[in-house]
Formats: sequence, C-alpha cells, structure tokens
Amino acid sequence: MSVTLLAVQTLNGLQLGILLFLIAAGLTLVFGVMDFINLAHGVQYMLGAYLAVACYQLTGSFWLAVILALAAALICGLLLEFLVFRHLYNRDHLDQVLATFGVILFLNEAVKVLWGGAPLSLPVPELLDGSIQLMANFAYPVFRIALIVTGLAVAVLLYVLVTKTRIGMLVRAGATNPDMVAALGINIRRLFMLVFGFGAMLAGFAGIMAAPILSVEPGMGDNLLILAFVVIVIGGIGSIRGAFLAALIIGLVDTLGRSFATDIARVLLPPAAANDVGPAIASMLIYILMAGVLFFRPSGLFPVRSA
Amino acid sequence: MKRILSALTLGAGLGAAVLTGTAAPAAAESLKVGFLATLSGPPAVLGQHMRDGFLLAVKQANGRLGGIETEVIVVDDELKPDGAITKVQGLLERDKVDIMAGVVFSNVMMAVYKPIIQSETIFIGANAGPSPIAGRGCSPYFFSTSYQNDQNHEVMGRYASQKGYDKVVVMAPNYQAGKDAVAGFKRHYSGTVAQEIYTKLGQLDFSAELARIADEQPDALFTFMPGGMGVNLVKQYSQAGLKDVIPFLSTFTVDETTLPATKDMAVGLYSGAEWASDIDNEANARFVRAFEAEYGYPPSLYAAQGYDAARLIDGAVSMAGGVQDKKSLLSALAAAPFESVRGDFRFNNNQFPIQDFYLVEAVKRAEGKYVTQLVEKVFDDVGDAYSGSCHMK
Repeated sequence: MSVTLLAVQTLNGLQLGILLFLIAAGLTLVFGVMDFINLAHGVQYMLGAYLAVACYQLTGSFWLAVILALAAALICGLLLEFLVFRHLYNRDHLDQVLATFGVILFLNEAVKVLWGGAPLSLPVPELLDGSIQLMANFAYPVFRIALIVTGLAVAVLLYVLVTKTRIGMLVRAGATNPDMVAALGINIRRLFMLVFGFGAMLAGFAGIMAAPILSVEPGMGDNLLILAFVVIVIGGIGSIRGAFLAALIIGLVDTLGRSFATDIARVLLPPAAANDVGPAIASMLIYILMAGVLFFRPSGLFPVRSA
Repeated sequence: MKRILSALTLGAGLGAAVLTGTAAPAAAESLKVGFLATLSGPPAVLGQHMRDGFLLAVKQANGRLGGIETEVIVVDDELKPDGAITKVQGLLERDKVDIMAGVVFSNVMMAVYKPIIQSETIFIGANAGPSPIAGRGCSPYFFSTSYQNDQNHEVMGRYASQKGYDKVVVMAPNYQAGKDAVAGFKRHYSGTVAQEIYTKLGQLDFSAELARIADEQPDALFTFMPGGMGVNLVKQYSQAGLKDVIPFLSTFTVDETTLPATKDMAVGLYSGAEWASDIDNEANARFVRAFEAEYGYPPSLYAAQGYDAARLIDGAVSMAGGVQDKKSLLSALAAAPFESVRGDFRFNNNQFPIQDFYLVEAVKRAEGKYVTQLVEKVFDDVGDAYSGSCHMK
C-alpha cells in the first residue's frame, strides 16, 4: 500500500463523490423544497445518458450533444411534471412512491424499446481524451478530472443560485411556507415546476457526464438512485451544502473501503477468510455510516431549518 | 409477459384441413417447444441473442423441426427464479410442451431444472450449466448445447499457464458465479494469484480496483464481469491506459453482446469461448451469414448455443421419426445428429458437450462491425470436471 496508491484512490473517491453529488443535488432540491419523493430521479439520469448518445449519433459532436441532451432532459422533466408529478404534490408520500416507481418501470422499458437492451456508449470528446500518468503504468483519464471540475462548478453555481439570487430566495421561502409565498402573489406552482425542471436537468447532466465512463443501459440509474438517497439522508434533506459534503464523504468511504478493506482484513484474518470478509465489509460501509449518522443526527449532518 | 411466437406457417391451412376432415394422419402430429429466457431487465440482451438464434434455426427448417409442425412458445423468466417455476409449470401442464429449451442464468436453471425433469420432459439447456446438474444431479432428460459453467474460466487459466504468466490478479463480482469463475480459473493455472479482488455485484465504477491492479503490476488480469459491469470495466481499463500494458483475459465479458458498447476499447482483449464467428465450417458460415441478414447484428456465443439447441432438436426428431416415442427420441438426442456451428460436438456421459475451447479476441471487421475471432485452440475435445460424478439412472 504505497502513498501514491492512496493518493490515486483519494482522487477516485472524490470523483465518485462528485458524480453522486450531481445526481443527489437535484433529488435533494425536489425532495427538500417540494416535499416530493421522486424515485424517478434515477431514470431521469438514465434518460440524460441516452439522450446524449442519441444526440451524438445525430450530430457527431460531443459538445453539441451535451447542449441538445440538456435541453431535451429539461423538456422531458417538464413533460413528466406536467403529466404525472403535478397531480401528486398534495398526495401523501406513499402515493408519490408508487407513481414514481411506475415511471421507473415505464421509462426503463421505453428506452429498451427505443434503443434496445444492449449497452450503448458515448465516446470521450477529443479535447478531453488524454490521460495523465500518475503511477508506473496507471494513467488517470483527463475526462475524469474534467468531471471533478464540472461538478465543483455546478456546486458553486447552485450555492450562488440558492443563497444569493431572488429566485433562490423564493425557492427557500416556498420550501418553508408555500401558502404564505403564494399569498404574497408568487405563482408557487410555476416555481415548483421550475425547481423540478432544474432538478431533472441536473440528473440528466449527471447522466451525460457519466455516459463516456459508464455503460449506457436500461436500469443504469437504479443503483445510483439508492446511493443518491443515502447521500441526501446523510447530508440533510433539502440541503445543497449537505448533499455536496455527504456525496464526497460517501465517495471517499466507498472507494477507500473497496481498495483497502481486504488488505486490512488480511492483517486480522487468514487470506481465504479475508477474501470473503473484506468485500462484504466494503459494500456495507456506507450503509453503516448512514445508520451511524441517523442515530446521532436524525435529520442529517446539515439539517435545513424549517418553520 | 408471455408472448406466443407461432412458428406455424401452415397453421391456418392445417386448421382448415381439420375442419373439413381431410387431414392426413401424419400431419396431425405437432411439436411444442417451451423456450425460457431472460428477456427483460439489463441482461435481456443475452436472452435476446439466444432466442434469436433458436428461432432462426426454426425458420430455416421452415417452421418444421425434424419435419414436424413446430410451435415455439417464448417465455420471459425476468431473471426471477420463483416466477420462472410458475411459468414453467404453465408450459408443462397447460400448454403441454413436448420439449423445454433455453435458460440464460444459473439461478433460474437451478429453480426450473427439478420440475422439468421430474415431469420427464426433455430439456435442452442453451446456456446455464451449473455444476450440480453436470455432476450428481444429471438427468437423462437434460441435454446441454453450451458448456459447464467452469469451462470457459478453465480456458483462461490454462492459457495463462501456457503463456508463462507467473503472477496474475483475478477480479470477479462478489457472488457465487464470481467465486466459481475464480475457482475454474485456478483449476488449470500453475502460477501465483497475487490478488483476488471481489467487487460488488452491479458495480459501475472500477477506478479503485484498476489503481490496485496497476499498483500490483501483474503479468495479466483475469476477470469475469458479465453484462454492463463488463462494459464499464473494459471502457475504464482502456481509458486508464492499462489495455496495452497488462493483458486482459476474460470470460463472458467481451463478446458480441457487449462489443456494440465497447467498440474499439475492447479490440485486442481476450476471452475464452467454445465458439467464435470465424470457426471454419460450413454450418457456422451459414449461421453467421443468415443471422446477420435476419436480425442485422452479429451473433454471439449465446446465439450460437440457441441455434445449436434448435438444430439438435431438428436432427433428433427427424432421426427418431417424431416425438411420440420418448425413448427413441432420447437416444436420438444423445447421438447429437446435427452439424454444430462449433465443429466437433458430441455428448459426454452427463449429456454436456465434449467440444473444443478457444482463446478468442475482439476485432473490428472490415465493414465496421465488432466480433470475436479465434486466436488459438486451448482445449481439444474436452468434457467438464463434474462428469465423473454423474451416474445416470
């Protein structure tokens, strides 16, 4: 276990954390601000990836594909809001879970009908196709570094948007007391629609950024959705800052756990047992962490103050 | 979920004939095949290949396997073993199928195997080959046109030894099939396994594992990463610049089901298989050509196994002269009276194939499609490790 390996793994952990943040940010906004449980957030991520692949096949340019796919993801999000979600805002959480779960099933099947069941891929753009030699024979792809930078930029943008702008203020106010905001002459429905569309676009953006690294396939968002929920629960529901820090923590804990759990288990156990115990512990770590956080801070690390 | 794909080309005509009472007695016999495959969820593409291969052979026989009107009932098991049992019982009891075929995944196979063979229905496995049914649990009613699960992994172990790779890292998902893959690899591998990495099933990002592999600097990597996991791994392996540094030996990771997604990034990566698109025999050339013309994508080993399953039924039914006499049909099946697309093919005592295994490599063909092609033969006419414990009753 060398120092370089540790450094590389930390970088890997950060990168996973950033990807998680991109997904969790939209989820926490919708959940926190609108008190709406959107299980379909994962398929919106998947939709982003598929749209990017489709736009790439259409245009042949990665950058154009990003822009088109973002717009398409926004439109899909607004469409879903209009058709399904807006009828659920005043229903209880169970109804929302059921309906959005239905959307998952529907969209997973729909992409399979449209694009087939086989995994697809989006090539890395030429500009970011290089790699940086970090270890003797291990190169770190530039695209992953770009992913980290983009994620940080989105974090800053969101922070400014939510805390420094008028629209952010309305969103925060709407979250605390929607009736009062509506009484002051603000169209709360339109505000929610805006938040929802933005959240869907963020999920789509995460999908687009993940497409060149991960395989684009039906159900690709389902695993990440669970991780994203872990992130927002640890971070505090509705808190962008909490989502950011929790995503980084989860990314680091998961990656470092996967890399070193077996080695650590080997110190204490015979090799065969360590091979069994190490990976098992590694895959449990983040859930243990979540249980711990919930025990000591039931409303997450950065709870949002509410009225 | 049930879709009936009627392969009856003369069905309407036959019905009319029965109505008018002029049907010849020989035409009254028909063959019903229940085909169980995973056709939904992420691994649906494997089932799709297998089904398409099977149906292609039925089509080539003009909808008449062994000269008998054939109806294929395709059922999706959704990769749910308990649901699959119910569906199989429906096929056996309601539809009264003569032959069952298919099954992609071993957990589904383990669930449906008992009910099918206990009903004394002939069962042609076209992919999953878990060790219990190749060994002690073997049955005269079960035939496989694929392999025992360990065998492709054994190919890579043997190849790594032949190549003189002294130090390898093995990586597989942390579940039974992953553990079996590693055990299979080790069976014929004489060097040292420096690290055994077990990843979470369904893991998407392998950057942490790849850094560990690069740090270890082994002579080769052996991995079993089916489906989307494999696509992710191959992409990331190539992006990390490891492809040209550490040979990538894999099983069920690089094939025609994943190549459309990995494309150039997989070119040059190795896999162990009993079939490749360029195995040189007439049956295979015809199969590959017809498959691509029919479905527009190159077949994989799953498609080849499905195709062979239908061709086996075709050959055996015409040899036995029908499906009424089960005993003679069983002995006809055991004789494997068909030209396999993989060339040498005969049944072992456990009714799994004795066949050749190859090292195959992903290549890009001239017209731009990605396929696997032969590099070298690793095992010649080999059976599996469990046949010794099979005692047919």
